[in-house]
Amino acid sequence: MNASPAPADPRSWLTTTPKGLYCVPGGFFIDPAWPVAKAVITHGHGDHARPGHGAVLATRETVEIIRTRLGPDTIGSLQGVKYGETTRIGDVDVRLVPAGHILGSAQIVLEWRGARIVVSGDFKRRADPTSPPFEPIACDVFVTEATFALPVFRHPPDMQEIARLLGSLRTFPDRCHLVGVYALGKCQRVIRLLRAAGYDRRIWLHGGLMAMCEVYRRAGIDLGDIAAVSEAGPARRNDLFQHETFRGAIVLCPPSALGDRWTRRFPEPLPAAASGWMRVRARARQRGVELPLVISDHADWDELIQTVRDVQPGMVWVTHGREDALVHQVQTMGIPAEALHVAGREEEGS
Amino acid sequence: MQRFAALLDSLAFQPARNAKLRLMTEYMCTTPDPDRGFALAALTGTLNLPNAKPALLREFGVQRLGETLFVLSYDYVGDLAETLALIWQPSDTASAGQNQPAPSLSEVVERLRAASKRETPQLLEQWLDALDSTGRWALLKLLTRDLRVGVSARLAKQAIADLGKRDIVDVEEVWHALQPPYQALFDWIEGRAPRPDPGAAPVFRPLMLATALEDAELAGLDPAAYRAEWKWDGIRVQLVATAGHRHIFSRAAEQATTAFPDIIEIMDFNAVLDGELLVARPDESGTVHVAPFNDLQQRLNRKQPNPKLLQDYPAHVRLYDALMIDGEDIRALPFDERRTRLEAWYAARPRPRLDLSPLVHFGTWEELAAIRAGTREAGIEGLMLKRGDSPYVAGRPRGPWFKWKRAALTADCVLMYAQRGHGKRSSYYSDYTFGCWRPTNGGTAELVPVGKAYFGFTDAELIKLDKWVRDHTTNRFGPVREVEPGLVLEIAFDSIHRSTRHKSGVAMRFPRVHRIRWDKPPEEADELATLERMIAAP
Repeated sequence: MNASPAPADPRSWLTTTPKGLYCVPGGFFIDPAWPVAKAVITHGHGDHARPGHGAVLATRETVEIIRTRLGPDTIGSLQGVKYGETTRIGDVDVRLVPAGHILGSAQIVLEWRGARIVVSGDFKRRADPTSPPFEPIACDVFVTEATFALPVFRHPPDMQEIARLLGSLRTFPDRCHLVGVYALGKCQRVIRLLRAAGYDRRIWLHGGLMAMCEVYRRAGIDLGDIAAVSEAGPARRNDLFQHETFRGAIVLCPPSALGDRWTRRFPEPLPAAASGWMRVRARARQRGVELPLVISDHADWDELIQTVRDVQPGMVWVTHGREDALVHQVQTMGIPAEALHVAGREEEGS
Repeated sequence: MQRFAALLDSLAFQPARNAKLRLMTEYMCTTPDPDRGFALAALTGTLNLPNAKPALLREFGVQRLGETLFVLSYDYVGDLAETLALIWQPSDTASAGQNQPAPSLSEVVERLRAASKRETPQLLEQWLDALDSTGRWALLKLLTRDLRVGVSARLAKQAIADLGKRDIVDVEEVWHALQPPYQALFDWIEGRAPRPDPGAAPVFRPLMLATALEDAELAGLDPAAYRAEWKWDGIRVQLVATAGHRHIFSRAAEQATTAFPDIIEIMDFNAVLDGELLVARPDESGTVHVAPFNDLQQRLNRKQPNPKLLQDYPAHVRLYDALMIDGEDIRALPFDERRTRLEAWYAARPRPRLDLSPLVHFGTWEELAAIRAGTREAGIEGLMLKRGDSPYVAGRPRGPWFKWKRAALTADCVLMYAQRGHGKRSSYYSDYTFGCWRPTNGGTAELVPVGKAYFGFTDAELIKLDKWVRDHTTNRFGPVREVEPGLVLEIAFDSIHRSTRHKSGVAMRFPRVHRIRWDKPPEEADELATLERMIAAP
């Protein structure tokens, strides 16, 4: 930080608008919910990276993801940068540093007149073989997500959850284990975790998950033997037709496909889901899940608090999620905190 | 405790019966005594532990987390035991290297039984520190007596039977003579010891059950070999009494004793009797009138009835058979002989709230069919046919006993909602709520739901029904879809009663899809008034 006087109120240069978080001296939005002229994007999930913007700055990996997800022509210009590289936009220095959420995910470090604001985007703190770890950056204001900001959310170790999935396969060796995962991030992480647990059989995927796996592969992440379900060929059609190839197999699919007609080809499907929400029983039951796996790409309660400690911010702003609890907790820690109501965030992260 | 917790956790999420059985047998196979015996006790509801009050759980939560965060957490989760299990963090002393190993289930049971009221919260706190979140959840569910994992006592006994490749009736016969942690049961099931012998002890004896009679089968049966009696529309019970012990068991071997003090009061005898539990009221002449099943439902809903309920809905047992009389086991005798003994026994000890189900006399099957068709009495479901020479054997052998239900009633109803099923049917809309027409004040008609059915159709029909539901959905509520009123289902049901629980004011017994009327316009479906006329006179 340089020696010029800091502005009195950080809200004067980073404000909330109906389109999203807006950086006034830089003239750009962060993860805007609606099309804008200039945007900086934290990561490639649909509620953060939307089509229709004039110009977008993001990490190179995120740019790849956006191209694959939204097609080449939905955004005017896409600028990909490396982690740690500084870009000047208007009067503001913008730097993207790892957030540990998914491939390419970044926190946005904004510097203007000697003051620094860090926008976390979505993040987690535990190790993830598909993403570099979150990097704490000291700052005046830390803008944090709060998806799982309640003390009931403490994600267990990933490998413990994977062991439960493999244990269920041993108990029910004839049942096809269908695991609901988000197409971007969770899917590839679950595959990597299964490989780390020694599962080297083919993992079958819903067709909608293939494109993102290809992006991850190009980024150098080895997913082992994966194949689209359609490659197994057509199922024999009878009254309740089932495909024997999938007996005892692991099939990953988007959460919305669980209980869909698509699942009829699988013998005795056992619906599972990998998500932080699976920690609360009523949530898991609502979705008809028989094997809830608590695997999340978001920080849990302890990680959120530890992050505030690590970052040592002068002030915390809390965006999407359960703001009340985190604001209360941060204030108890002696740090000023308030909720920031940002438009366009889906309530359900993963 | 952790293993038991993992079992409860997977049972809670697993809706399919066979999968639940598999989970239980696997646990029983791989868990040592006496832990698995206490687990069995917990699943069958025979584990008597001190009760932890919700106020204690809340106090713990506020202590650990402060009021604000605890309230926000409880608000979100909605279940007190689960909230506490999720938010609990080991105390500072526990995390400072003095962490106790997680307790075993038997340690929990034995120490809680020995603990004083004052010691219980301390024990609980110490265990919560040592267990993980699933372990804490299971412990708290045990102590708040709220397992709710979708396992009946009978299903747990079936798992034990599966474990030893035995028939469940063999397990039920010895069950009530045994105590947690059921060492003698496991010794027998696993071939280390002979079957425990209940002797003349006041315990449940497995029931003899009848199979359904197809009309076509009748011609092959000799009418002279069979006795007929009414099949009463109540619940089948077994009365077990000796000096000092009186029990009422349901057919699933579950105790119904506390709910029926009016029956217990008259059981001053030494016998094991088979009969039907009913609500019945004597008139001035002393004739007993059986009330519709719905009246009995009022009693079944209450574990501890108050005096007004006892007076308004008096219970009554109508006897079919006797298994033991004055300590003598007469199950091996033929039906006719048992019946003679039962009649003699009752004649010597007549009493209120207990009578014999009369035999229905007939010469030919045609004669009996006419009698069956001629009755519309509320409390009668149909007829029972029993061979005069049949011994009382446990289970459901085919041949000696038949149930010959009254011809079903049917109504044309309109499909209103459909819900996805479970397991094999998890992607199919297979549970159907249907309604009938009722006039509105404005002179038009509206549909009111009258029942729900999920069987009676073939797999091929299911595929067509599912497609119809998806193509005609007007609204979605989670796993439920509302459909436009366009499909008529012909519903068969055994009887229909008044009910205050349903908006339509009626409730069907055993509704099932009889036919799918793809051809019938929905406006031609039945009116609620038509169903109301089918309600049997009490």
